[in-house]
Amino acid sequence: MFELDPVLLARIQFAFTISFHIIFPAFTIGIAGWLAVLEGLWLKTGNITYKEVYKFWVKIFAVCFGVGVVTGVVMSYQFGTNWSVFSDRVGNVIGPLLAYEVLTAFFLEASFLGIMLFGWNRVSDKMHFFSTCMVAFGTLVSSFWILAANSWMQTPQGFEIDANGILQPTNWMEIIFNPSFPYRLVHMVLAAYLTTAFTVGGVAAWYLWNKRHIPHARIMFGMAMIMAVFIAPIQLVVGDLHGLNTLEHQPAKVAAMEGIWETEKGADLRLIGFPDEQAEKNHYEIVIPDLASYILTHHWDGEVKGLKEWAKEDRPPVAIVFWSFRIMVGIGVAMILTGIIAAILFLRKRLFDTRWFQIWCMALTPAGFIALLAGWFVTEVGRQPYTAYGIIRTTESVSPVLGEHVALSLLAFIITYIVLFGASTYYILKLIGKGIDTKAEGFEEHSKIATPFKTPTEKEG
Amino acid sequence: MFSFENFIDLPLIWAGIIGIAVLLYVLLDGFDLGVGILFPFAPTEKCRDRMMNSIAPFWDGNETWLVLGGGGLFAAFPLAYAIVMPAMYLPIIAMLLCLIFRGVAFEFRFKSHKSRFLWDYAFHFGSLGAALMQGMILGGIIQGITIEDRNFGGGPFDWLSAFSLMTGLGVVCGYVLLGATWLIMKTEGQTQDWARRAAKYIWLFVAISMGVVSLWVPYLDNDIHMRWFGGLFIWLLPIPIFTAALFGVLIYGLMRRREVLPFITSLLIFVMGFIGLVISLWPFAVPYDITIWSAAAANTSLSIMLIGVVIMLPIILSYTAYCYYIFRGKVSDEHHY
Ligand code: HDD
Ligand code: HEM
Ligand code: HEM
Repeated sequence: MFELDPVLLARIQFAFTISFHIIFPAFTIGIAGWLAVLEGLWLKTGNITYKEVYKFWVKIFAVCFGVGVVTGVVMSYQFGTNWSVFSDRVGNVIGPLLAYEVLTAFFLEASFLGIMLFGWNRVSDKMHFFSTCMVAFGTLVSSFWILAANSWMQTPQGFEIDANGILQPTNWMEIIFNPSFPYRLVHMVLAAYLTTAFTVGGVAAWYLWNKRHIPHARIMFGMAMIMAVFIAPIQLVVGDLHGLNTLEHQPAKVAAMEGIWETEKGADLRLIGFPDEQAEKNHYEIVIPDLASYILTHHWDGEVKGLKEWAKEDRPPVAIVFWSFRIMVGIGVAMILTGIIAAILFLRKRLFDTRWFQIWCMALTPAGFIALLAGWFVTEVGRQPYTAYGIIRTTESVSPVLGEHVALSLLAFIITYIVLFGASTYYILKLIGKGIDTKAEGFEEHSKIATPFKTPTEKEG
Repeated sequence: MFSFENFIDLPLIWAGIIGIAVLLYVLLDGFDLGVGILFPFAPTEKCRDRMMNSIAPFWDGNETWLVLGGGGLFAAFPLAYAIVMPAMYLPIIAMLLCLIFRGVAFEFRFKSHKSRFLWDYAFHFGSLGAALMQGMILGGIIQGITIEDRNFGGGPFDWLSAFSLMTGLGVVCGYVLLGATWLIMKTEGQTQDWARRAAKYIWLFVAISMGVVSLWVPYLDNDIHMRWFGGLFIWLLPIPIFTAALFGVLIYGLMRRREVLPFITSLLIFVMGFIGLVISLWPFAVPYDITIWSAAAANTSLSIMLIGVVIMLPIILSYTAYCYYIFRGKVSDEHHY
């Protein structure tokens, strides 16, 4: 009874470290793209406000990038320390994808990051802009490879299994462009942009509320709302397509997402319910009749497979998948709503001074992160009980290490990451509280356009 | 499925590529870890700011070689990866935790005031711990790993021994030497004088530990003994002789207050140590059971990656060089962005 189960502990450890990691890359993917746009606008218009906004967010970017890097290095060793059997058996397929990520993305990001952060006085403005673009490009390349690897684990193809149980690749195009990859890539990148937009929007709303940095806050708020108006609905469509793809390849996952136990025609959409794996049913359901069938099959009486189609040991944990999915979609809908309200306020010329909308946007600041994590929980927990879907079970993948040691390292990671999270949040909040530096930069820049006296900088408070 | 196996020995090439990645990692992250180990001993706060600035634009790129080493091992020698990682479970986790604290200290230190000393400690102990663990992992691998089937079959503390402690200390001293000579090159005035004094102390420890490890390794395994002291002895003799000569040049450079020469010779000393190790461990991917050929990934996997390496490596090296070029010269103690 008191034996520590290495499989369970390794899963918790992987889930904890990857969940922590993904928060930061998701944010840096979004911020890097946005910084490139800001710098481009500054170069094109010469409007110094853009550069001041850039200089402000680049500090936050640097903190997040740093945490993303150190937690990412942990991830690249986790496959071996905790999932060595998995590594041995699928290394031929996953390994090259991760190696390509290092070769094409990580070095690019790391090198140009140095110039982006420290190179202002050492390279020309154009070269600096180029470096920012390279960092932004690098984050996208990185997403490409890592999601190819992850998607392959969801929908594996393009390989043979040899006598030792080792996977031998047969077709790289099939491996990289596996069926779920295009959907996952687009969905994840949009998720990263949305997450960033809502964080930026929340901070901008706070400045607007406090009447600080009004010109900067308007730029930030306006750009964030443009994302909400256009990208949030696209995300819904992409998510829907993604779900249809999952229905084709991992129907058990979809059954868990929808909380459907019996295979039925005209399945209801469960808005709320409490899945019970023992009793194989949901308690206290609130449903919309037939809607799940319509969404999944585009017919009101289409057939949807229920969880009972699979043996108990082949089903994913239902409650986590079910609830995570609702959280993600709920937040997605809230984001679309935000976009609609923003568009209406804009047309009425009240976008920047509607107080209740500013509170709403401040409240949504962390929403993207929560949706992102919830989405990953749907994807990964829904893949259970396999690590590579249909090929290797999670219980077979684990390393031959003692439960005690996994427990010990898990504890160490938890403590370390709590410290990391606390410190980075504290410093980011401090930067936001301190506000945008308009003096030093502003003076230097204004003197370039030959103003003989100090331009009055914006009053704070 | 295409593959280059008919033209070239893929595992051999890949062993070379990973060897180069590990060597570059040791050289590059070696100097910035060394700067971290030296950090609290610097005479003034301004010196510490300079030290930090001298490596801030580079550390991330340097650490990426570690990711390439680990990721490359996974990709090219999955069996070796699957055995070595569980065997070295505790020291690897410890190393990663140390690297975390050290890595974030770059960002947090400049943003804090009252708590700055905490991040200074994080930076120092993170660097020290990471260096020690890397040395001990090296020692643990050199002394051999127990294998059962296709898995690690030994105990969780097999890596811990007098020998691995010795290699751990050796790596720490070596990194300090790299760090000190780097600072001689990148700083001036008080910081440089202090770094020179540090280098004058540490080189002796490096020489001693290299000597001890070199004499110890041949007694770990009979084949290694035969290799060094058998028929090849005469051919291998230039290696220790050249290494000793490098130490001579190093001391000369330090005495003559040369700025670049000590760093270059320290790098070369590391290269010589690396060559010595390769000669001892050849042809094993996991000493002393699994050779690079039996651990290698499928030929198609090695081929597809080779294409990537041949295209990407020159590009990576050129922008890495560009980055070092942009930030050439002496550093200041200001914070830039
Ligand atoms: C969709 C995006 C995404 C996802 C799902 C992951 N990562 Fe990541 N990762 C990034 C996107 C990213 C990034 C944005 O590209 C980062 C952030 C900072 C950086 O350098 O690249 C990064 C950093 C980063 C680094 C540090 C790179 C460096 O030293 O510069 C490593 C080693 C990994 N990741 C490895 C992983 C592994 C093994 C993952 C999964 C198991 C993983 N990441 C999930
Ligand atoms: C993109 C690359 C990713 C890869 C290659 C990957 C791979 C894996 C592996 C090997 C496991 C362990 C076996 C298991 O328990 O299923 C796992 C589990 C898990 N991962 Fe991922 N993962 C990736 C991304 C993510 C992200 C970004 C998240 C979340 C933020 C995530 C969340 C989880 C969770 C929650 C589990 C535990 C599932 C469970 O045990 O029920 N994964 N993943
Ligand atoms: C409202 C509309 C949305 C729908 C219908 C939707 C749908 C889905 C579905 C079906 C999956 C599971 C895919 C699988 O089986 O692997 C998924 C995963 C995911 N979702 Fe969403 N989603 C929506 C909004 C969002 C939002 C707003 C975010 C974040 C800002 C987000 C982030 C993610 C992430 C990170 C994953 C896991 C990675 C992936 O599989 O792409 N989603 N989504």
